[in-house]
Amino acid sequence: MIRDALLLGLGYNATLVTIGAALLGMAAGVGGTFLFLRKRALVSDAISHATLPGVALAFMVMVMLGGDGRNLIGLLAGAAITAGTGLLIVTWLSTRTRLAEDAAIGAVLSVFFGFGIVLLTVIQTMSAGRQAGLEGFLLGSTAGMLRSDALVIAVSAALTLALVMLLRRPLTLASFDPEYATSLGQNVTRTDLAMMGLVLAVTVVGLKIVGLILIVALLIIPPVTARFWTERTDHVVLIAGLVGGVSAYVGAAISAAVPNMPTGPIIVLVSFALFAVSLLLSPRRGVVSALLRHRAYQRRVHLRQGLLALAQGQPIYERLTLRLLRRRGWALPDGVPTPEGQGRATRALRDEVRWQLVRRDPAYEVAAARYDGLTPIESVLTPDQIEDIDSRIGAGA
Amino acid sequence: MSGAEFVPLSLVPLLTGIFVAVACALPGNFLVLRRQALIGDAISHVVLPGIVVAFLVTGAVTTWPMLLGAAGAALVAVIGIEGVRRLGQIESGAAMGVIFTAMFAGGVLLLEQSDTSNVHLDVEHALYGNLESLIWLDAVGWSSLWDAQALATLPVELPRMAITLVFVVLFTVVFWRPLKISTFDEGFAQTIGMRTNLLGLALVIVAAIAAVAAFDAVGSIIVIAMFICPPAAARLMTNRLERQVAWSVVFAVVAAVLGYVFAGYGPLWLGFADSVSAAGMIATVSGVILGLAAVFGPHRLRGSAAPVG
Repeated sequence: MIRDALLLGLGYNATLVTIGAALLGMAAGVGGTFLFLRKRALVSDAISHATLPGVALAFMVMVMLGGDGRNLIGLLAGAAITAGTGLLIVTWLSTRTRLAEDAAIGAVLSVFFGFGIVLLTVIQTMSAGRQAGLEGFLLGSTAGMLRSDALVIAVSAALTLALVMLLRRPLTLASFDPEYATSLGQNVTRTDLAMMGLVLAVTVVGLKIVGLILIVALLIIPPVTARFWTERTDHVVLIAGLVGGVSAYVGAAISAAVPNMPTGPIIVLVSFALFAVSLLLSPRRGVVSALLRHRAYQRRVHLRQGLLALAQGQPIYERLTLRLLRRRGWALPDGVPTPEGQGRATRALRDEVRWQLVRRDPAYEVAAARYDGLTPIESVLTPDQIEDIDSRIGAGA
Repeated sequence: MSGAEFVPLSLVPLLTGIFVAVACALPGNFLVLRRQALIGDAISHVVLPGIVVAFLVTGAVTTWPMLLGAAGAALVAVIGIEGVRRLGQIESGAAMGVIFTAMFAGGVLLLEQSDTSNVHLDVEHALYGNLESLIWLDAVGWSSLWDAQALATLPVELPRMAITLVFVVLFTVVFWRPLKISTFDEGFAQTIGMRTNLLGLALVIVAAIAAVAAFDAVGSIIVIAMFICPPAAARLMTNRLERQVAWSVVFAVVAAVLGYVFAGYGPLWLGFADSVSAAGMIATVSGVILGLAAVFGPHRLRGSAAPVG
């Protein structure tokens, strides 16, 4: 069943929704990257919660005008209006008053959402409101969707993705280096505005699929995941788009195939799984590789100190040091060096003595700064310089 | 309105609302000043998986397992956010966004997959609670307040919230000086030997306790609103921390009372038959208060350190 869904074999509506979700996921991943790089990830949380009163108001207005109130385009338009208002208030509070941005975000988020809940309870008492199904906007529900709604979602997701692609270059520049962008004549304030508009579009389109509580995850998790795999902004954008697209696609497919699987949470959990894998396994910033690097460093320090102790005939009490030396065949179990160990120990001591002289001589200040007790001096100084040092060691002693 | 009607129907939800509002607003003052306002948001989201797991383990919706589950989830979230932030070198806002959305999603999924048809546990309840349902059936009027038999049937949420409020007030009073110093000048606090990390953690834990205790009665939305709106509005009124805390308590109480009254009676005044969500209305009123403070507050601008007027 899940396989059918992944291969788009579950009927026309489910296919449309799944493709729409994938397009939206890509747009969210790319758009979210700029938000993440500008360190404003949680602004999207305020925007998404601020959609609720808009959805409710749009429903009420459409019912009053004699419609059935469930027209998706109308509901999304209402959502966009209050979400935009919420965004303006966040900006106003954090620039025009002394409140910090996080307080402004939290205030807008909770107040708009609370007001939305009030409106939802009003709608429940309206005669037309019994089957409004507006709760589906909280957590996303794509089950039993009308064909027209599925079409709206797929088309608007495609449009959002096109918009993201269109704005990609100026956004990359502004989020990577705003000052440089300004010096090139780019209006960064306007670019920021475009970025927030993009986030708004993603949020509104994602309402029906992911739901307003969790859409923020689709904007935050993919860029954070992508950041583990590369240091380059343009690559982060690409990988984030990929992660977002795959998560939304797989999540929407699973949700369509398995009963009682709300779409939004599944999509979020799929993307979180990708995040967790990246956190553990990414080659440079991952936890596993960091642990391995730490172990390797620890071993080098122990070996070096052990060799120095051998060279000076000192006893070795540290078990780990002794074990490492034995495993390499440089020392016997009682701490006596083997012939090979003796040779290496002598070399290590010579290196250390050379370093000590280098570190005392101001003429070698630059080289001395690279001393960490591990780097062989041959990798820092030229053979001529080492000869110079050696001659002075001989003279001094 | 007569006591015979007010005491059974409105007294308990009103008092619970006030206790919740004040218990959240007190730690909220420090969270807002420390730019950690969104911690309340994160905590109230992760409470859901905690209570769902507690329900799945015990098979019943009872107080203590749920509180423990919620507290456990809050702890997992704090550790998770810190872990993601340090291990991945990721900015704290984004780290928070990753953890609390994932945990909330997990909670929703567990809830949908498990059989909760015979208990009162669903996502909507978790979001906006049901303050209005806290009715005191055995009360007949004000005299019931001295009637031990009637008091025994008081909804359990009220005494629980009262104890939480006492605990939060005690924490604020006992740690007033360290909290104040470390909030305004962490470097100075460290030089005079304060354990600022521990204190910061304690503050977050107290906030979590307030959020978890409040959550069951009133839902998460009111918790987030009360953590942020009254303290933020109070911040725009004064430069002194003592007065800010006092203002925030006043604002919290006003929001709770007006919100409850508007939700219960507002629709009647406008000619509608049914009341609206009290939790949502309390959050809305607190937002209106913040809006007024942002437009008229004497210290609303940045750098207005000198007293105005």
